[in-house]
Amino acid sequence: MKSKNSSSISRRKMLKLGTGTTAAAVAALYAPSVISSDPITLRYLGTAVSMGDEVQKKLFEDTGLKVKFIAVTTDEVTKRVLTQPNSFDLVDTEYFSLPKLVPSGNILGMDTKRIKEWDNVTSIFTKGVTPSGKKVGLQGTAPSKVMYLEGSTGKKFANEVTQYATLIPTIYNADTLGIRPDLIGRPISSWAELLNPEFKGKAATLNIPSIGIMDAAMVVEAMGEYTYPDKGNMTKDEIDLTMKIFTEAKKAGQFRAFWTDFNESVNLMASGEVVIQSMWSPAITAVKSQGKDCVYQPLKEGYRAWAAGFALPKTTKGKTADAVYEFVNWYLSGWVGAYLNRQGYYSAVLPTAKQYMSEDEWGFWMEGKAAQGDILSPTGAKLASAGEKRDGGSYEDRMGGVACWNATMDENKYMVRKWNEMVAS
Amino acid sequence: MKEKIHIFQPKLSWLAIPFALIFIAYFIVPLTLTLIVSFWDYTEYSIIPDFIVGNYIYIFDGCFTFENGLCLTFKTYISTFFFCFFTWLITLLLGFCVAYFLAFYVNSLPLQITLFLICTIPFWTSNVIRMVSWIPLLGRNGLVNDTLITLGLIQEPIEWLLYSSFSVILALVHLYTLFMIVPIFNSMLRIDKEVIEAAYDSGANQFQIIKNVIIPLCKPGIIIGSIFVITVVMGDFLTIGIMGGQQLASIGKIINTEMNYLQLPGAAANSVILLFITIFIIIVMTKFIDIRKEL
Repeated sequence: MKSKNSSSISRRKMLKLGTGTTAAAVAALYAPSVISSDPITLRYLGTAVSMGDEVQKKLFEDTGLKVKFIAVTTDEVTKRVLTQPNSFDLVDTEYFSLPKLVPSGNILGMDTKRIKEWDNVTSIFTKGVTPSGKKVGLQGTAPSKVMYLEGSTGKKFANEVTQYATLIPTIYNADTLGIRPDLIGRPISSWAELLNPEFKGKAATLNIPSIGIMDAAMVVEAMGEYTYPDKGNMTKDEIDLTMKIFTEAKKAGQFRAFWTDFNESVNLMASGEVVIQSMWSPAITAVKSQGKDCVYQPLKEGYRAWAAGFALPKTTKGKTADAVYEFVNWYLSGWVGAYLNRQGYYSAVLPTAKQYMSEDEWGFWMEGKAAQGDILSPTGAKLASAGEKRDGGSYEDRMGGVACWNATMDENKYMVRKWNEMVAS
Repeated sequence: MKEKIHIFQPKLSWLAIPFALIFIAYFIVPLTLTLIVSFWDYTEYSIIPDFIVGNYIYIFDGCFTFENGLCLTFKTYISTFFFCFFTWLITLLLGFCVAYFLAFYVNSLPLQITLFLICTIPFWTSNVIRMVSWIPLLGRNGLVNDTLITLGLIQEPIEWLLYSSFSVILALVHLYTLFMIVPIFNSMLRIDKEVIEAAYDSGANQFQIIKNVIIPLCKPGIIIGSIFVITVVMGDFLTIGIMGGQQLASIGKIINTEMNYLQLPGAAANSVILLFITIFIIIVMTKFIDIRKEL
């Protein structure tokens, strides 16, 4: 009895001692970093489409934080989140990847109460309408459908607004077809033109099945062949139908090439091999900067949109997590927003970005007004001269014209197979 | 009296241990894992340890009923074999001729080395840059088409110069001829000049010397070069993708797409099949010649 008692005391003592030592050790570990205020370096996993050196420089000036980019492709981001969630502190990924990421439990909900500008995040994300109240097309994996989690560690999307967001939106845009107006010589107004035999051997689309099939669906619908209940979630029959139409076009020699890499699409267009194709907005800028006429053509059926945002992997905790929130808050505070808007993308918090843009810039990029003077990119390249207007017009017109969003389908496996069959045909 | 000198003499087989370890760690283990994973199940976001043959069945789905013509897998392999065969044939002919020239017509060693280095030029730039640079040459408004039109030989630009089987094979040949040149050249250097002289003295003409003396003695080089080229082309998806305008099928591209869509067990199953087919081709080739005996 006695001995038992004494042993329990000594155990408690030991425990106390143990905690004390651990605390001391922790203090010793952290103390030097506090004193020398070593900058925290966040490991940032993403495609880094939008992050240049100047962003990192400005970040360090403003917050003392540093980021180390792990720049990979969109598919690779998904793979990393699922297989190595401890290899990064912060991930920048697309909303359409969420149906794969969230069930894995590898990403945490972001606490919206810790995001200063959360209430100012554009309503396209939170409510699915533009700031002026215009309804946005919600086919596909629309951000407003996968915005919230049931709890910070939830593996399911919440149907109502909660405190926890899957991704804090950062960048998004509305995609359409790119054309070479100088080589086409007539107005283009419909997605159906992609398969118009007039452009036989001079059309292209992308060989990324999940995005390619959405563009294909826009074309099929524009041709009046079929109206999809949801282009972003096709049935097997709908996939068959879509691929049949594209396979026939491919066999007839409609396509000069498919592309997988951004630079390939630039080369195809700049060299004149292709005059009409699925394209991304920075590629248009790249073709223009080579002195070639290239237009991101608004089409009457609308746009295919995409959006990306920040998520926290479940392994990021404590001080690092605090730093991530600080970084995200800085990201939304306006400077980066202006930087993105000047490249033709859109920022998630519009009012803060506006403060960092000149009236002329805001008018040109966001309001569809004619430029008063030269419009420059963040790197100083001239993108438009006085009098020119942005392709597609204002934010309201472009985002309000969204017909569908990049998506992950339930029948993804079947879709990938059918896509491969088309490529092999 | 002679002192016995003791030198530490390990058994010769010990010398193989370092390489054996590397071989096991970076080849046998990953390969075994691939084989194991190919029998696993998977969802959109996870792979599940299991033992199913579904991944293999899925690959050959519809392949033996011919309901919709040829199935995806057969079509893809036919296309891959097509590129493989023609690349092999052309690199073999070119490689043999270049090696023959270097070995028997160039007598000075410095010149031999210089010419040899010139053969490596295709490897001086990155794969992607090299392939992008074909566009200004072979494109619709490229150098070749422009020249032919200026000369009045054609009226309209030739479309099949780029993004076609032609351009794929051209790029592959451009890349991999060196893989043929090196081993064949090496074999030729080992041929005893007196053997050729003997043939010449016996009245053989040049063609007969090549056919009856040089080719048989170069067989190991030819086989080694062929193994290089065939294994590389069977798994290629970058060159076929970019030069074929992504419109031509290759088994490598299918595996690549499956990996991008996290269908890892499916990709593993496809890789295993590709591996066995490639090994089978190599076995058939080595039936013609016992490399080990010849080396």
